[in-house]
Amino acid sequence: MRLRSALGRARGLGSAREGVGHFYAQRASAIAMIPLALWFVISVISLTHADYTTFKAWMGQPLNATMMLLTVLTALYHAHLGLGVVIADYVHGETMKFTLMSASVMAAVLLAAAMAVSILKVAVGV
Amino acid sequence: MPKPTRPLSPHLDIYKMPFTAILSISHRITGVVLSIGTVVLAFWLVAAGYGPDAYGFAQSVLGSIPVKILLFGWSLALFYHLCNGIRHMFWDAGLGFEIRDAVKSGYITLGAALLLTVLAWTIGL
Repeated sequence: MRLRSALGRARGLGSAREGVGHFYAQRASAIAMIPLALWFVISVISLTHADYTTFKAWMGQPLNATMMLLTVLTALYHAHLGLGVVIADYVHGETMKFTLMSASVMAAVLLAAAMAVSILKVAVGV
Repeated sequence: MPKPTRPLSPHLDIYKMPFTAILSISHRITGVVLSIGTVVLAFWLVAAGYGPDAYGFAQSVLGSIPVKILLFGWSLALFYHLCNGIRHMFWDAGLGFEIRDAVKSGYITLGAALLLTVLAWTIGL
């Protein structure tokens, strides 16, 4: 006789053991990306021929910097989740899978930090 | 112990991929392409962070014809991934699973993606 509830037995089944959190995170970041991506495209279009002064003035507006920051962070988070699935699907060797997943996380964090710092620097720096 | 190579039934090399299957793998491919594109975005923003000279250099690189062509491709990937992502959300809600509905929404997705890309570049240039 097993002292475990039915739900306890059901949770953790399946080859990945867990995935609901990932599923929701991917959908949540996707929904956020709909307005953010559209805003991003419109903003980039408006900045196509901007010189540095114009660009700095634009980024200096708090809402622009905020939106740009949110777009960058959400996109990188969403991308990281998606790439994780792609890696898990196509890479079968455990060592290579671990290496690529680590590289993916580190690349995402590096890009996020670099872009966040640059956005803030242009927005508030001299 | 090395993995033994067992024979596989042929699949991709003999069956014609349905329209919906092509759209599905395109969603994945555009996702990967977009992820790579974030590096270019980082190049632009970090260059701005370094000051006017670096920004000017980045603008000239990104404004060159070959890079603009790549950016056009990236924006097409973005709009396709966006539209197909919304299509996926309808499926998550349980709607549109019939094959003919999936095919129809697939064509709408392609049309919308193309339209948005052309719109963005017409306004932008």
